[in-house]
Amino acid sequence: MRPFEYHEPKSLAEASALLCALGAGASIFAGGTDLLVEIKEELRSVSHVLNIKKIEGLDALSFDKAEGLSFGALVTARRIETDAAVLRHYPNLATAVSLLGSIQVRNRATVVGNICRASPSADTIPPLIADAATLSIHGPTGERSVAVEDFFTGPGRTVLKAGEIVTGVHVPPPAATSGKAYIKHGRRKAMELATVGVAVSLDRGRSGCDEIRIALGAVAATPIRARKAEALLRGRAIDPALLAEAAEAAMNESTPISNVRASAAYRRDMVGVLTRRAVGIALEARP
Amino acid sequence: MKRLVSMTVNGEEIELAIPPYRTLLDVLRNEGRLTGTKKGCDVGDCGACTVIMDGSPVNSCLVLGIEAEGATIETIEGQHAGPDLPHLIQEKFMDHGGAQCGFCTPGIIMMTKALLKENPNPTESEVRFAIAGNICRCTGYAKIVDAVLAAAEDLRKGRTL
Ligand code: FES
Ligand code: FES
Repeated sequence: MRPFEYHEPKSLAEASALLCALGAGASIFAGGTDLLVEIKEELRSVSHVLNIKKIEGLDALSFDKAEGLSFGALVTARRIETDAAVLRHYPNLATAVSLLGSIQVRNRATVVGNICRASPSADTIPPLIADAATLSIHGPTGERSVAVEDFFTGPGRTVLKAGEIVTGVHVPPPAATSGKAYIKHGRRKAMELATVGVAVSLDRGRSGCDEIRIALGAVAATPIRARKAEALLRGRAIDPALLAEAAEAAMNESTPISNVRASAAYRRDMVGVLTRRAVGIALEARP
Repeated sequence: MKRLVSMTVNGEEIELAIPPYRTLLDVLRNEGRLTGTKKGCDVGDCGACTVIMDGSPVNSCLVLGIEAEGATIETIEGQHAGPDLPHLIQEKFMDHGGAQCGFCTPGIIMMTKALLKENPNPTESEVRFAIAGNICRCTGYAKIVDAVLAAAEDLRKGRTL
């Protein structure tokens, strides 16, 4: 592994100041499961590693029926996957996280790290977008919060400015009649990057579908919402014909590329199939 | 610049001077002279480097050695009870032919130990889910799964990990 300087900032202010002072060669280290691979494979030149694990308060996880779910930047994927409240109230997130890498990786990898890497195929992102989650960001000029949906600007790129650090995630509480689902499509069951990922979060309410958000992964430069599909379903009693129409709309909203994992045409077709399935699962789900 | 790091490996406290860019895997194998933990891919894909760190199985190729400061590390070398006294899991891997070339075996045994600590009564699919990050190029996994399930059965009969 190429040598780097190593730092252990004790506070967010110190970490943020270091990031600003050290410039582009500095990188935050939390789980390290992506960063160390990128350094080893020389995909990125990193001269300074800032381990944020010594900063207090970033490993908290809490759930409250009124407040929803909050977790810090150091909370690992495995902790989310095995948390009773997440399993019960955010099954879409729990499923997505359980499909990321192996248990060994998930014991180290953080959900915030998965988000910050901004891969279009990242498993954790579609469910968080579907659930209208927001990120807390600490920066040189203070704190701000950004919707996960608005966080990405392209593959590997985010709205983070120099010296900014994502400190945690907040997911709103689920409605009493909520239904959620995440389906990951790949060539094999484990140790796989998503060919297509579809997350649905809905509130059945009175109409059968009072509110719905659909997020698609791996089919555009960033994870996206399928807004036209959502609009077709929102406030309507969903029958198979309507669902087929929405699935078609979601296909048209995706702009996938062809790569080693799948062709663009196949990905677009799978968006249709999986959107239909995921909405179906979310409609059946009883929290 | 090297840093002094102390960790407990297989019950023994060791202190090593290591640079920050050295992985726990390399530290164990080189400075620690414990070559039972294998380096397959070095990027988190194969699980050959699995060790148990503070109770959780991790890929030691994706952990920095200096992060192990104060940590408790279990590797394959610490599992047998004595010369010619294999660990229960090792015994079952022998009985069931769960090891062929043996390169994946130390990692899978450590992963199995972590699984059985958490869940002494796993189903076949839970076993497969747990070892999904451990790649074996020889066995086709069936005999590995048999060995893990047999170890679980013995655990339930009162043997210990
Ligand atoms: S050597 Fe660490 S996972 Fe392959
Ligand atoms: S026994 Fe050869 S790799 Fe598993």
